[in-house]
Amino acid sequence: MYTETAIISDNTLAGPEGELVINVGPQHPATHGVLHLVITLQGETVKKIEPHLGYIHRSIEKMCESLSYRQFIYVTSRMDYLSSHINNLGCAICVEKSMQIEVPQRAKVIRVLMSELTRIASHELWLGAMAMDLGAFTPFFYAFREREMINEIMEDSCGARLTMNYMVPGGVMYDIHPQFREKTKAFVKQFKQKVVEYDDLVTNNIIFQNRMKGVGILSKEDAISFGCTGPVARGSGLSCDTRKIFPYEVYADVDFDEVLETGCDSFARYMVRVREMHQSIRIIEQLIDNIPEGDFQAKTKAVLKPPKGEFYQRVETARGEFGVYIVSEGGTTPYRIKFRSPGFSNLSALDHMARGSKIGDLMATMGTLDLVIPDIDR
Amino acid sequence: MFSLEHITNEVQNWLSSNFSSGWVLVWECLIVIVLTTGLFAVLGLVLVLMERKVAAQIQIRLGPNRVGPRGMLQTVADTLKLVMKEGLTPDLADKFLFNLAPFLVMMVAMLLLAPIAFARGFQLWDINIGVLYISAVSSLSVIGILMAGWASNNKYSLLGAMRSGAQIVSYELSAGMAVLSIVVLSGSLQITEIIQSQQNGWWLFKGHIPAVIAFVVFIIAVTAETNRAPFDLAEAESELTAGFHTEYSGMKFALFFLAEYINIFIVCAIGATLFLGGWMPLHIGSWGGFNHLMDYIPSSIWFLGKTFLLIFLIMWFRWTFPRLRVDQLLALEWKYLLPISMLNLLLVTLIAILGWHF
Repeated sequence: MYTETAIISDNTLAGPEGELVINVGPQHPATHGVLHLVITLQGETVKKIEPHLGYIHRSIEKMCESLSYRQFIYVTSRMDYLSSHINNLGCAICVEKSMQIEVPQRAKVIRVLMSELTRIASHELWLGAMAMDLGAFTPFFYAFREREMINEIMEDSCGARLTMNYMVPGGVMYDIHPQFREKTKAFVKQFKQKVVEYDDLVTNNIIFQNRMKGVGILSKEDAISFGCTGPVARGSGLSCDTRKIFPYEVYADVDFDEVLETGCDSFARYMVRVREMHQSIRIIEQLIDNIPEGDFQAKTKAVLKPPKGEFYQRVETARGEFGVYIVSEGGTTPYRIKFRSPGFSNLSALDHMARGSKIGDLMATMGTLDLVIPDIDR
Repeated sequence: MFSLEHITNEVQNWLSSNFSSGWVLVWECLIVIVLTTGLFAVLGLVLVLMERKVAAQIQIRLGPNRVGPRGMLQTVADTLKLVMKEGLTPDLADKFLFNLAPFLVMMVAMLLLAPIAFARGFQLWDINIGVLYISAVSSLSVIGILMAGWASNNKYSLLGAMRSGAQIVSYELSAGMAVLSIVVLSGSLQITEIIQSQQNGWWLFKGHIPAVIAFVVFIIAVTAETNRAPFDLAEAESELTAGFHTEYSGMKFALFFLAEYINIFIVCAIGATLFLGGWMPLHIGSWGGFNHLMDYIPSSIWFLGKTFLLIFLIMWFRWTFPRLRVDQLLALEWKYLLPISMLNLLLVTLIAILGWHF
């Protein structure tokens, strides 16, 4: 026989005034991981949402303190595993900044290409997962068809499909695969042909639009005060693209637009991500034929010892602004590392966005936040 | 020739020549029980496999293709797995109602099979109020679902069951209105007479645009009534994990699952009977040769062909559309479908009175 734990008793007793408290997660089809939401319901209407974290805490920041400046980058692949390239890139740039390492132009272009491929792959997965939150299974398979091509490109050059560990201080770990250009061009061609199918199946679907429009409102002011970044903030008309504001690598030289939508609702956030995929394709098209010859990695010392001081670098991941803060004491390992993950701030806005909506809309709103739980809960 | 009517008559004659009338009834009952149970098993296996194959084709994948030739035995393997699983009853559940609910849902599906004409002269019970019987019995399934949701002592189940209750009760109205428009046109509640009235053309074509509207309303309403996507709010897995059957496992879950598919078959069979002429072959006006050719196709093939066409349509919906929200679902019924079908019924009545239909 089970003894009733606090959560079970919470689950079987009605709250005050007929309110119903349900636990969504830590294992639930809609939370895409081990997020635990304690939701207070009045009938179907959401009264309060309390996100509980800690189920996948691995103390990554503490672990980084005992790893060298080359090693800690690999751990960050396990945070936001859907854009691990960009996490690694942020750390690599931060270390380079501290050591004043000059990165070869070839490496910079490869880094940007990989970042944009990662962004498309991440948005593809989000598209499928969000459609699943709304009860449509088929878009998932369509999105994964294109994502699979990106994964194969990654596999060729990096040797891995998910946690790539490709960015190292001073450049990239290996040179690109001989077939990289060819396969990337094939992907761009395929994507441009097939993206019409997403529009037919998802964007222009009347049920989908009715589910998304006017739901999960996040005003520009609220987006600022909750510290939202990335597509969530840009869906509220807040210009916050780190690639434009603080350009790193070769983003200053390529031509692309910061995607802004002013709808402030779930549909605006959806459209931001879909349009961002097109912008990423634009960046890839500009760079793929212009990868300069030369080294893919700068000559660096075997053991990196940044000088004493504090260093910060921000990059734009698929979910928003990712910040790396390193405090160095001049040794071989960092004194303290702090990551600013976009998902944490975006999740904090969920209660504000979904309060008062129906439980179905809560899941749709959560889907548009594009949460990756290991990123929130490091 | 090969018609099922022939076989049923043969059996009837053989039985009545060998036994007294009382025993004939008993034997016929036994045959019917065996046939119905067999039909249930076969339909379940075929429909689940069909769903998976249709889904796979829509989702650019292959679907089950390992167990048996082209994956034909996949559902047999699935059933075997479900039979061997433990049928768990939660500790705090209302045990009697919890265990009764799946059987109730199944029983409703079984009862609904009775008045359906599978082929010319092949019908279990040609009751003179067939359509009324179907409408009445199909409303019972909501009791089973509410029972399951309540007895599970699970909040997800309860929410799912309540949604299901609101949904089925609402959509029954427009389904009933759509069915009623055909009753008005054919002037009978008896299934055989409705089919006979479509000898020179199906009601979908004979009844002008109002019949088409009634058909569309009927398809939408029965999709909702069988809890299928985009109306699968009762078991919305991204919101309520599995809705009213969250706590069910093993064979008890399988009964819910089977009942869902049998219900799809039944509503599609009713749709085919009312709008597409049941087992009536396709006849076009005065094309004698064409009509004669169509008559050669056995009536059971006609019936099953039309039914499976509608089933395919409903499966297509499921793998294409996202789910509606609960308030949108009810708004669709009460603000759009019900007024439309009421107005449509008036139009159909006008057509029937003035004799404008073909």
